[in-house]
Formats: sequence, structure tokens, C-alpha cells
Amino acid sequence: MGNLTLLSDAPVLNLQLLLDGILVGAVFALVAYGMALVWGVMKLINVAQGEFVLLGGYVVFFLVRAGMPPLPAVPIAAAVMAIVCWALYRVVIFRIVEKDLFTSILATFGLSILIQQLINQLYGSDVRTVESGLGSLFFAHGMVTVAEVKLVAFVGAGLLGALLVWFLRQHRLGQAIRATAQNTRAARILGVDTDRVYAATFAINGAICGAAGGLVAMTWTIHPYSGLSYTVRSFMIVVVAGLGNLAGVIASGAGLGVAENYAGFLLGAEYQTAFVFSLLVVILVGRNLWLMRQRKYLK
Amino acid sequence: MKLDVAVIAGIAVLSVGLACPAAAAADEDTIVLGAAVSLTGKYSIDGQNTRDGYDLAVRRVNEQGGVKVGGKSRKLKIVYYDDESTLARSAQLVERLINQDGVQFVLGPYSSGITKAIAPVTEKYRIPMIEANGADRALFANGYRYLFAVLNTSDSYLRPAINLAAEATHTAGGDPKSLKVGTVIENDDFCHDVRDGVVEEARKWGMHLVVDDKLPPELNDMSSALTKVKALKPDVLVVCGHAKGAVLAVRQVSEKRVDVPALALTQCDSAQIIEKFAKAAEFALCASQWDRTLSYSDRWFESAENYARIFEKEFHNPINYVSAESSAAVLVFVDAIERARSLDRDEVRDAIARTDLMTFFGPIQFDATGKNVAKSMVLYQVQNGKYKVVAPNKWANSTVIYPAPTWDQRP
Repeated sequence: MGNLTLLSDAPVLNLQLLLDGILVGAVFALVAYGMALVWGVMKLINVAQGEFVLLGGYVVFFLVRAGMPPLPAVPIAAAVMAIVCWALYRVVIFRIVEKDLFTSILATFGLSILIQQLINQLYGSDVRTVESGLGSLFFAHGMVTVAEVKLVAFVGAGLLGALLVWFLRQHRLGQAIRATAQNTRAARILGVDTDRVYAATFAINGAICGAAGGLVAMTWTIHPYSGLSYTVRSFMIVVVAGLGNLAGVIASGAGLGVAENYAGFLLGAEYQTAFVFSLLVVILVGRNLWLMRQRKYLK
Repeated sequence: MKLDVAVIAGIAVLSVGLACPAAAAADEDTIVLGAAVSLTGKYSIDGQNTRDGYDLAVRRVNEQGGVKVGGKSRKLKIVYYDDESTLARSAQLVERLINQDGVQFVLGPYSSGITKAIAPVTEKYRIPMIEANGADRALFANGYRYLFAVLNTSDSYLRPAINLAAEATHTAGGDPKSLKVGTVIENDDFCHDVRDGVVEEARKWGMHLVVDDKLPPELNDMSSALTKVKALKPDVLVVCGHAKGAVLAVRQVSEKRVDVPALALTQCDSAQIIEKFAKAAEFALCASQWDRTLSYSDRWFESAENYARIFEKEFHNPINYVSAESSAAVLVFVDAIERARSLDRDEVRDAIARTDLMTFFGPIQFDATGKNVAKSMVLYQVQNGKYKVVAPNKWANSTVIYPAPTWDQRP
């Protein structure tokens, strides 16, 4: 309760919480969009999504350590992860596409454990972070601060999202991806090489995760076992926003970020995650009731 | 068919080989200690540091003639297993060390959680365990007779930070009662203990607790807690969250320009905050079990500084306190076995309980619950890109800068 009074006494804090939430949410939304793409096109829930993000982070970390400036390292991480994921598709994923959901969850879960342990064995369990070399912006006599790197992450996530939308609408391969998502059999009959489409989709998701991972390494920290939180959050965002709905993904990503920050501030950080998951349950139940009403109306 | 038989025979031979790494247990000239440490999994780095510490002490003791029991010198040897950083596995492995490998004495694993998992096992078999990496106070509240710890318990980690702030305020003519304290900790046993110690100490001075946030372990962001800190302005901000927490705290406090007169952290050295952040880490206070500059000495390693030098030469890694405390655990066994003049585990257990030993790691004396009550924690402050000892006074090589300059005043 004391925290609520604090918010009304110093309304500028609301601005800080909103900004933090939205900027954080953008990166989550990016990762979630990749997950939605794979889910929609390949009917595959990628439990290793968070680990792909981490791998991207590690690529940026090592590039920076080798002397590269951090920001140009992000597209390279995206490219590297696209290749890694394409290879993963050719070795593992193609075997589980079009199998039932349980198989894909189990297989990608195995993949996530494998990646965690590989990172741990190769690079150790140290917490890593990349210094972006950027400062902070101040408003309202220093009461509101925005780290420039978060702003960069936000803009980067936005640009990448826009690029993706353009690609899916205008590019031939993007159109093939959308066709496959709508109806795999029909697409195949019309001559779409769905195997190639799957490989491309998985590689695009890899690129998205790679870029997001680079941004995460600059904004927060990475270590071999922190992937799960990204997987869980993207899953949540996708569940709320639905598949193939970029605007929805961005809105629910930002909403999740803001909800987390407010819950952390008002209830204390220990209830932050619990609150967000409770909110998910409420949203799902609410939506179910709403759909039931619509069904009744149709009858 | 023949091939099958050969394969089965091969597997059988291999598995027998793997199952009996401790054939030396029967050797009369060696004393075999057992240890299940985390060589893979999330504690692999600190698990390896633990192992390095054990190995270095064993090597040193053996080079200097071994352990003298009943007029005869015996060499030390350690049988290791990898507990994969998991609780269940560690308990199984210790059971195996005792039952199959026949070890008489056990060295502790890494982390409080795993120590908690194996203490009931060593207790059941009445095997003395000296541990160096489980600092949780709860470990010593179960009435275990065979568990001993050479390190300070976690509640004592950041008590000195509160005292420093109180004393500095007092010296400057202020009232320590007016100070406010904030804690942002990871929601686990170790950090709860650190927080409880801080809160107890703050109460003694009559300070107020204004922020008390507990972050879930998977959380990667403490923005909302720091927004609260910014609004409520505690004088001492305590952050506990292992290496990840220290890294996050330094990054986000500097990014958000949160002005706190004292920022107190745990595990700064394993988080390498100076290497990672340079200037942003300035003035942070850090708790440590040990430092190479302390003037402790013993007959095995001579001085703390000498220990650090030998370690760095041997492992080509910078010295860390996890290895130092692990080495100390081995030394306590050596001292106790020599005093007991026997390898009987109950006699050794009693000798351990009566330990009054000075080591390069610090003085060691156990209370009735098995924790070391002779040593005190060290508090560093980052000054000009170096860790300087600022408390306790006896070993301080620099005076604390309190309050730390605000972000506007920093160059």
C-alpha cells in the first residue's frame, strides 16, 4: 500500500515504470514473434527459443572480446544464428516437423538442455555481459532515466519487426512461408517446396533470436541457464497475441513488460512473476468466456 | 554371437573400472578423503575452484611429508565424483563414496544447497565432513555432530557494511538512527541469510528498512526495485544475488544513476565487476571470506600471499576465495588426524571439534554446532579500480569512502 501512495505522490515514477516496461517488452516481443512464426508455419513449439537467444548473446560477447564494436556485432550474431538454425533444421528439426506437438516439444526440450550444457562446458557458467559503451538519458531532474542501450534495443526490435513484415508480404520466399502457414498441403500442390520453406523459417527465427540475444547481452546479462525465462515469456506473449499477428505480439510484449514492472514495484519483486502468470490465466479464462458467448450467438 | 559376447565383456570390464576409482582405499600408506563436487552443471566454475583448492592443499601436505599418524607418515588422496550441480545426485554419490569406496572422511561440495543434501548422509554413517562452501546458517541448526565448516556463515557477509555506515555517520556528527537501509536479494536461502544478518545489524543501530525486495532466481532485471530505491533513497543498499546479482546491480545502478551512499554486494570477485564495468563499479562494497593481503600464516603455506602465489603458479588462474577456503578444509583434517593420532573416525571427529588452528585462511575454531567462530569476514571497497580492504579495522589497507560521491560528482 505504501508503494501505491509513493506512486501517487511522485507520478513521474509511473513514467519510469512504463518506459522500462515498454523498452523491455520490445525485446521479448521480438523473440516471441520468432516463436510465433515457427509455431504458425511449422506447427512446432520451440522450447529451445531462449537458448537460441543466449547463443546470439554469446556470439556478440565473443566478437566484442575479439575487438569488435558491440552494435555492428548484432547483425553478425543474427547471421551466425541463421546458419546455425538452418543446420539444426537439416540435422534434427526436419525429423519432427509434421509430427505431433508432443514430439516437437520433447525434441526441442532436449535441444535446449544440450545447448545449455554445451555452453557451460565450452565457456563456463560465468555471468557474461557486453558493455555497449552508451550512456543514459535523463528527464524530470534525473528522476526518469533511460539507458540508451535499451532505446537502441527498442528501435532495433522495431526495425527488425518491420523488415520481417515486409519480407513476409513482398518477398517470394515470404509469400511461400505464408502460404505454407495457411495450408501446407495446398501450398505443396501448388509447387511450394515446403521443406525449403521450413528450413528458411527456422533460419529466420534463428536470425531473430541471434539479434535479440545480442541486445540482451548488452542490456542485461547472459549465462548458460538463463534461457528458460525467454522461452516462457515468448510462449506467454504468443498465447495471448495469437499466431501471425505482429501488432498483437508487440502490444502483448509491451503489456507484459509494463505489467511486470508495476507488479514488481507495487507488490515487491517476489510477486512479479507470479502476478504475470496469474494475469495470463485471467486473460485465457476471459477469452474463453468471450469465445463461448460468440459460439452461443452463432448457434 | 561372438561379437556380442565380446561387447558385453568389454562393457562389464569398463563398468567395473568406472565403478572402482578408489582401489587405493585399502592402501595402508594413504588416507583417502572423498568429495563430490560440481564439475559440470551450473556450479561448474566454483566446483572446479573447490577442487583446485582441495588438490593444492593435498599436494602441499604430501610434499611436506604427509600426515603423521602414530609415528608413520601417510599421504593424502582424494576420490572425486561429479555431482552435476544437482542435490539428489550429490547425496547418492556421497553414499557411494562411503559404502563402495570406503572413504573415512568427506570434504564438502560447493554451495549451501548441496551441502544440505549430503549432511544427512554423512551424519547417518557418522563420517566427519569438513565443508568450505556451504555458508547457510540453517545448516548448523540441525544438531549435526559430524559437520564442520571453515567459513563464516552467510548472515555475517554484509553486517560490516551496516556498521561501517553507522560509524562513518557517527564520526561525521550524524545519528545512525536516521539511516535507511534497502535490501534487494535473490529469493534463496543464502541471500535470505545475508539479508537477515543485515536487518539484525540495522535494528541494533535503530535504522529503518525502507526497501525489502526479493527477486526470483530467473529474473534478469531489477529495474522496478531500483525505481523504488530511487524514490525512497536508502543510505545503504544491499544487493545479494550471487554473481548475476552483482553484475546486474552494478550495471543498472549506474545506468539509472541511482545515488546510494553505500552499495553493498556479495560475490563481486566471481562476478568480476571491476573487469566488466571499470568506473561504474567504483565505491561498491563487497563481502569476501578471505583476501591475500591478510596477515594470516601457517606451517603449510606460510602466508596468505604465498598461498595466492603458489595457487596462481599452479593453476594459471587468479586466486579466488572459494579455492582458499577449500584448501583450509583439508588442512583442518590434517591437523585433527595428527592430534587424534588415529584414523578412527570418532576420535578424528572429536579432534576436529577441539580444533584451534591458525591457517593462511584465518583462525579456525568450531562452536558446538560446527561452524567456525574464530574468523571474521572481510569487506572490500572498489577504489581506483582495485579491491581495498576497508573492514575489519585490523586488516584494513584503506579507509572507506562513505558516502560515495553522487553520479553527478563522479568524473
